[in-house]
Amino acid sequence: MVLLLFIIILMAGGVVAWIASRFNETVGKIIALLTVSADLALSIMVWLNRQAYLDSSQDQWMMRFNAEWIPTFGISVSFALDGLSLLMIMLTFFLGVLAVLTSWKEIEYRTGFYYFNLLWVLAGITGVFLTMDLFLFYFFWEVMLIPMYFLIGVWGHENKTYAAYKFFIFTQASGLLMLLAILSLYFIHGSANGTYTFNYFELLNTTYSPEVGRLLMLGFLAAFVVKLPVVPFHTWLPDAHSQAPTAGSLILAGLLLKTGAYGLLRFVVPFFPEASLELAPVAMLFGVIGILYGAILAFSQTDFKRLVAYTSVSHMGFVILGVFAFNELAWQGVVMQMITHGISTGALFILAGSLYERIHTRDITSMGGFWARMPFMAVIALIFSMASLGLPGLGNFVAEFLTLLGSWSANRTLTIFAAIGLVGATAYSLRIMQKIYYGEARMDPHRSSHSQDLGTREKLIFIPMVLLIVWLGVYPQVFIDTAKRPVNDGLKLSEQKIRKSFEAREAVLNQKGGAHE
Amino acid sequence: MEKYLWLVPALPFAGALILILGSGKLTKGISGFIGAGSVGLSAAISLVLGLQFLREPATVIQQQLWSWFSVGGLSTNFALHLDALSMVFIFVITFVGFLIHLYSIEFMHDDDGFTRFFAYLNLFVCSMLILVLADNLVLMYLGWEGVGLCSYLLIGFWYKEEKNGYAARKAFIITRVGDTAMAIGLFMLFQTFGTLTIQEILNLAPQRLPMGSETGTIIAFLLLGGAVGKSAQLPLQTWLPDAMAGPSPVSALIHAATMVTAGVYLITRTFPLFELAPLAQNWVGIIGAVTLLIAGFSALTQFDLKRVLAYSTISQIGYMFLALGVGAYSSAIFHFMIHAFFKALLFLGAGAVIMVLHHEHDMFKMGGLKDKLPVIFWTFLIGAGSLAALPFITAGFYSKDQILWMALASEKGNIWFFLAALIGAFVTAIYTFRMVFLTFYGEEKTHVGHPVGALITIPLVILGILSFAAGFIELPHTLGHFTLFSDYMTAVVPATELSPGIESTEWLIQLSAAVLCLAGVGIAYFFYMKRTDLRAELKSSMIVTNRFWYSGWGFDQVYDFVFVKPYVYLSSINKNDIIDAFYKGIVSVSNFFHDAFARTQNGVMRWYIMGIVVGAIFVLSIGLLFQ
Repeated sequence: MVLLLFIIILMAGGVVAWIASRFNETVGKIIALLTVSADLALSIMVWLNRQAYLDSSQDQWMMRFNAEWIPTFGISVSFALDGLSLLMIMLTFFLGVLAVLTSWKEIEYRTGFYYFNLLWVLAGITGVFLTMDLFLFYFFWEVMLIPMYFLIGVWGHENKTYAAYKFFIFTQASGLLMLLAILSLYFIHGSANGTYTFNYFELLNTTYSPEVGRLLMLGFLAAFVVKLPVVPFHTWLPDAHSQAPTAGSLILAGLLLKTGAYGLLRFVVPFFPEASLELAPVAMLFGVIGILYGAILAFSQTDFKRLVAYTSVSHMGFVILGVFAFNELAWQGVVMQMITHGISTGALFILAGSLYERIHTRDITSMGGFWARMPFMAVIALIFSMASLGLPGLGNFVAEFLTLLGSWSANRTLTIFAAIGLVGATAYSLRIMQKIYYGEARMDPHRSSHSQDLGTREKLIFIPMVLLIVWLGVYPQVFIDTAKRPVNDGLKLSEQKIRKSFEAREAVLNQKGGAHE
Repeated sequence: MEKYLWLVPALPFAGALILILGSGKLTKGISGFIGAGSVGLSAAISLVLGLQFLREPATVIQQQLWSWFSVGGLSTNFALHLDALSMVFIFVITFVGFLIHLYSIEFMHDDDGFTRFFAYLNLFVCSMLILVLADNLVLMYLGWEGVGLCSYLLIGFWYKEEKNGYAARKAFIITRVGDTAMAIGLFMLFQTFGTLTIQEILNLAPQRLPMGSETGTIIAFLLLGGAVGKSAQLPLQTWLPDAMAGPSPVSALIHAATMVTAGVYLITRTFPLFELAPLAQNWVGIIGAVTLLIAGFSALTQFDLKRVLAYSTISQIGYMFLALGVGAYSSAIFHFMIHAFFKALLFLGAGAVIMVLHHEHDMFKMGGLKDKLPVIFWTFLIGAGSLAALPFITAGFYSKDQILWMALASEKGNIWFFLAALIGAFVTAIYTFRMVFLTFYGEEKTHVGHPVGALITIPLVILGILSFAAGFIELPHTLGHFTLFSDYMTAVVPATELSPGIESTEWLIQLSAAVLCLAGVGIAYFFYMKRTDLRAELKSSMIVTNRFWYSGWGFDQVYDFVFVKPYVYLSSINKNDIIDAFYKGIVSVSNFFHDAFARTQNGVMRWYIMGIVVGAIFVLSIGLLFQ
């Protein structure tokens, strides 16, 4: 029931905030803030009670919720929560609260509708992380897409319409391929077993020939690699990130990209372990290409938000590298990467937003020397630049170190190239510091807005982010433990499936061999 | 006392934290007190621990603080490991670090970023302490990268200057290249040993890695890659000469107590791995020998006082690498300690000179300071004597002489190593005294500002005493045969095995080193005191060589051409992302067809009829064709 509540609170809160804003905008904002905070509090409570789940050896799931929806087609409202999805929804609500706070002053028109969209994106993301019915999954996949389209298209920057269209078409086109794969899976399962259902757990046991498996996997993969994004499907991202309002970029980078990573772990590998294993070298190669390509492009960007967007491309390369390395180290690294990247990149986007509020530009070549006038902001920027280049002691290091350590045993050459990406990360991260905070002051110091350090609201946003990224860096074990079961179970399941189908094929071969004798 | 070990890195860290949080609110007095005081307390703890180790060198103190992460067979802890080797390091780091902090209180007094400066210094000391105290390689990597970060922050401390920012980034990025090699080394170590705890690896190494095995060799080379990055050895040495863009105390800290000695520590700490990979160990020696020579020759041609010292550091670390390469670990660590004393002294002295001369770095514009700044002069002279290894009276003589001897006498040594070290000693004497003569002798060329205060002179005097006296804790066979330091070090590293029958030549080696050193001083005296007119002639006769040496053997230019320029170019031409052109292409094609077909909908009846007729004919003819 709690699981359903997570989503309903957000959706209802969104509607209420919209209506309230018609009368009083501040009340609308407060409602939005309270709504997400309530969900955050709820998810933390669930997390605090995780011990029983961690200790028990039977049920992989902490919580489940099931209700009929359209029984004729085997569609149900089915939610389940395990360590992985718990971590993801906590991240969602944490960044959600920050998203509301960053929008507080930035959004000046149609605020009610804005918060409605913001909360509904969050609801869609929560749904994606929780649902165990593939039809509903696709539904939520769309729920997060459309409000996001509005967020970019209505409240974005100068080139917002183009960016919104591009974002929509990329995600929608790839999403349709996934829908196709979902429907095929549905019919294959139905015709083989007689029960037509969209239920995740049922579909997990579907058997199909390797050729069909490959095709279906590609359908799912299409949606996830575009979302993640994997080079060369990434070009929507720099436009969408740079044009979206600050909270939009925060949610895009912090959460929407993670739905792609989550999809790989939750659907692609468990459904199609064999096909994934076949694809692994290619997928890892694309991961490494993404790491290097993103790093190189980030280095030459002059638009701060575009720069950060390309660093996301680079960092997400580690995710696909790790997922297809198929071992516990790498997968834990991937989960850590999802969380830490959400925080560190989110912080960089909020910084870009804070700078934009002050100087009304995102062009880093016209910035410089801000350290002297905004030392607090500079320290925050330093911390998150360091996070982004993978400095030990901050969360991103643990993520990347585990991912690389895991992928080393899977593919040495590619791991070496991925590690070289760390040098590229150093180059672009230091460039951020150099162009914005170091050097001579280029902007007029007499305009007060140009030299105002962070205010209370902004400190309230950044300080929790700093604390969290340090926590993740020096004591990540609590998070690793939370994700341990889903990671290990996912790997075990895939291994079993691969072994079973291998044995089946072996048996067929033996039979054939026997017939020949 | 043992249970307070964690305070050694924790105190500077706490200091840094207070200074960062309180920045803007703390007065300079309080900032300086917190900064220097926290490191001073650490030094006091180290001193007490050090006394215990002197009585009982084989002591090992383990302290587990908390579990960092444990996943899939890898379990790493925030755990400290103190033995005789790390003891020497924490003593030098905290003690020399403390003196540098004291000095900085006066040196940086008029700087706006005073509090920020001390926060960075403290963080630097803390990172270096974690590096040497870590019981596993992941924690060591944390210190390792932390040192890189702090060097970046401190080299770029005066961030308003574009070139300081450049030097800072250069240091961070180049050392990161080495760090990446080291990280890959860690992956291989984990795969081979299933653990990253240093002692476990070292214990398992002889079983898992046969002598000269391929894996072992690659691992040793990767670790060496990390070491050459941080220790500024060939081919990653180029960041160090630029690193003096930071304030002088920073240079002292980087060159003496922290950072550049990290590589020496890493190799000594993991020496069993290098012993199992003779090829890699030999390369440690080769890199050391070549680096000490090229850096020495570069130092000969510099104008900038601090740049001479920077090249001398590269050269002296080269000696340590050479010692490690021939298996003379104790000699390397001994030279590390002595070098820390005299190099800190020289940088602090140089900083004081530069300060009283109003930021004049060019030695040719100095001169005649001998009488104006007696304390700085005498202490600097002691430091210089130690660097040049003046026979018998300086600490540097005893530590460097040992390396010279080992380069030949060790089983892993050879005549080439020895000759490189010998020539290096000769060159060192020349450039060191060139520096001394130019800076302190001759006529005064720049006005001398107000004299320096006690907080600057006290550290100089203490370091001066150490640069002179610390050498007597280890005397060679031929001169007293007193082996306090090497006996102490045998608790962690083995004594060097000598080639049979070579002992009798030791006095000959010492004599030649002493003669060459004095000859070097003599040459410097001749050209820079006696016949200064010959200098221009000499310089013009070897102008090409001079320029080549001055630029650090062209490494910067080559790297710029091979790595930096192509990367920047590649990045800038693709700023708009070529892949996006494909998608934009799809859009254009769709738009083209959209326009084309839209044009057919023009509302003119005869066009529509025409269209129907053409369509009908087309369909019919296809029907007829494929009947």
